[in-house]
Amino acid sequence: MAEVSLVDVSKRFGDVEAVRGLSISIKDGEFVVLLGPTGAGKTTTLRLIAGLERPDGGAVVIRGRDVTRQVPAERDVAFVFQQYSLYPHLTVYDNLAFPLRSPARRMDEALIRRRVQQVAELLHIEQKLANRATALSGGEMQRVAIGRALVREPAVYLMDEPLSSLDAKLRAELRLELKRIQRELGTTILYVTHDQIEAMTMADRIGVMSEGILIQVGAPREIYEQPKSAYVASRLGMPAINLIPAELVASASQPPQARTVGLRTEHIRIFSTDRPGPRAQVHRIEHLGDQNHVHLRLVTHSLVTLADPAQDLKAGDEVSLEFTAPLYFDQAGNRIGAEGAMA
Amino acid sequence: MAEIRVEFVAKNFGTFSAVKGVNFTVDHGSFFVILGPSGCGKTTTLRMIAGLELPTSGRILLDGEDVTALPASARDIAFVFQLFALYPHMNVRQNIAFPLRCQNYPRAEIKKAVEDAARLLRIGHLLDRRPGGLSGGDRQRVALGRAIVRRPKAFLMDEPLGALDSEFRRVMCGELRELHDRIDATSVYITHDQLEAMAMADRIAVMNAGSVEQIGAPQEIYDRPKTMFVADFIGAPPMNFLGVHTALRRGDRAIKIDGALVEMPELFEDRAEGRFALGVRPENVSFADSSSLRGRVIGTEYLGTTQIATVATASGPLKARLPSDKPVKVGEIVGLTLRADRLSLFDAISGHVLASALYGGSHG
Repeated sequence: MAEVSLVDVSKRFGDVEAVRGLSISIKDGEFVVLLGPTGAGKTTTLRLIAGLERPDGGAVVIRGRDVTRQVPAERDVAFVFQQYSLYPHLTVYDNLAFPLRSPARRMDEALIRRRVQQVAELLHIEQKLANRATALSGGEMQRVAIGRALVREPAVYLMDEPLSSLDAKLRAELRLELKRIQRELGTTILYVTHDQIEAMTMADRIGVMSEGILIQVGAPREIYEQPKSAYVASRLGMPAINLIPAELVASASQPPQARTVGLRTEHIRIFSTDRPGPRAQVHRIEHLGDQNHVHLRLVTHSLVTLADPAQDLKAGDEVSLEFTAPLYFDQAGNRIGAEGAMA
Repeated sequence: MAEIRVEFVAKNFGTFSAVKGVNFTVDHGSFFVILGPSGCGKTTTLRMIAGLELPTSGRILLDGEDVTALPASARDIAFVFQLFALYPHMNVRQNIAFPLRCQNYPRAEIKKAVEDAARLLRIGHLLDRRPGGLSGGDRQRVALGRAIVRRPKAFLMDEPLGALDSEFRRVMCGELRELHDRIDATSVYITHDQLEAMAMADRIAVMNAGSVEQIGAPQEIYDRPKTMFVADFIGAPPMNFLGVHTALRRGDRAIKIDGALVEMPELFEDRAEGRFALGVRPENVSFADSSSLRGRVIGTEYLGTTQIATVATASGPLKARLPSDKPVKVGEIVGLTLRADRLSLFDAISGHVLASALYGGSHG
């Protein structure tokens, strides 16, 4: 059974259509990530589910109930914001207990203690329960903020870039932890981010958004390998997929309506010029530690691909290229042969 | 263009020592990145170079001149902050011109300087717009324009891209580096993002708890980290450490891990029995059925081109970066090989690397 469904939901702010006819169902225990740039409508979608915004059209259904007209408190959701908002004068314990102590709940204090203890252990902050919230590091504070959502057991957790204010290092650690916690507890999470690594590593399914529209929903591998459009293809992958005019790499297998060819780094092989194939020049090699990005000039276009460390390349070298498994896109940017027909 | 020398610079705030005597030289025209976690002292160091903080001790030299006690305004340095503060009631041209107007430059000179800056940043078409209507990236470019319009000797940048989307940040990294090259500037850039540092820097200084742990070219720091802190801070995922308790002898070319003999670069020092950590980067770990170093796969993370497999071994968890088309099943037992010429051996107590063929004999 779906925990949360959006049915043809739209929301407009003045002239801006923030969310346009969006439908998605999030299953019980599923981790869904909405991925897109700033302004894609991701946060508005979360706020519509939470009841912080009211849709202009469509319905929000949580646990089988239409909650479109309900206020946030009636909706059984927990929201984690980008900036942790803790009560500075309270201890970590009291911050975590706070949502359970609301008069509406009347939860027994022994039960609260058990629940707080449980969540603190899960988040590895059980040693910090007596600390003031202000005496914590940034990562600990954000864990408390996530913990404050976890003490409750809502139908769905809504998370709006909860890791983006943290150090890169800490973000990588909390990413794994959050996924572990979600798996252990079987919670349902809708998570919003512009970070493709967060999306790929945590999501059961990714929803790619652009300009208020949910363009494609699927498992990370599906989105990466079978993107519906050039836009979706460019959202995942590092270095980003190379999109080049079809006429530059014309071949017999190229569909006639192809206007753009998408080449991922693993689909470009570099050889010396004694092999036939499109010629390119090595423009620059970027050393990023674990990876070397080779910037190639193919006629008028640049390609970026990963260098095989064993291959001795330097700027100025002429090379011959081989492309395997290219993706083809038509004039409108839609994938030709999507839905597995040409997989 | 300028050379910046930082000599034994320390800064205390009350009883807290934020910066504990750091030394480095930023060469003429180079792009220098100070990398470290929050609270490591990198912002304080930058603020002292800018003249926004007075060091408790030590000297700062700008082109050989001691500027330690000079106020920021007398240093001919431009500072770019994380949150670009543009004047909303002024258009882009007026925003960029502002620093020159404050110094009463002649009108014609201001006009030319603003247009030059706008051309360098490719925002000439935006000069008559208000910042309110601009995209985040264009606002960032205008803020940069305001910094470069004075043609200062050096640029100091405090996480100027921190507030941007990750993908856009990659684009701006390239742009900033190109801008640096075009205007022949000396730049000091601070960040906690190792990818930004790797992508832009000529040299990186890695800071931790107020001290500089290592200074070097990006690839050098990545391949030959001198401390476990550096090895762990650089790389995503970071370097793996396998714990081992043993005695070591000069000339050793292998080490026993969980009963398996693992080849490594020739060791250049003797060590009494103690705790050590064998460091290996995830891309230098591969699966090989025949290997006697074994572990159980406990997780995989799909990353598109590659995947990260986490393997539990008797000496600790190990992450391997593998092609994503390789089938890896959680729960399976696998054999592991570590690329022999890329292994670092650290003293697990001090965190310092041991001298070996990989490190060319020097250490610490």
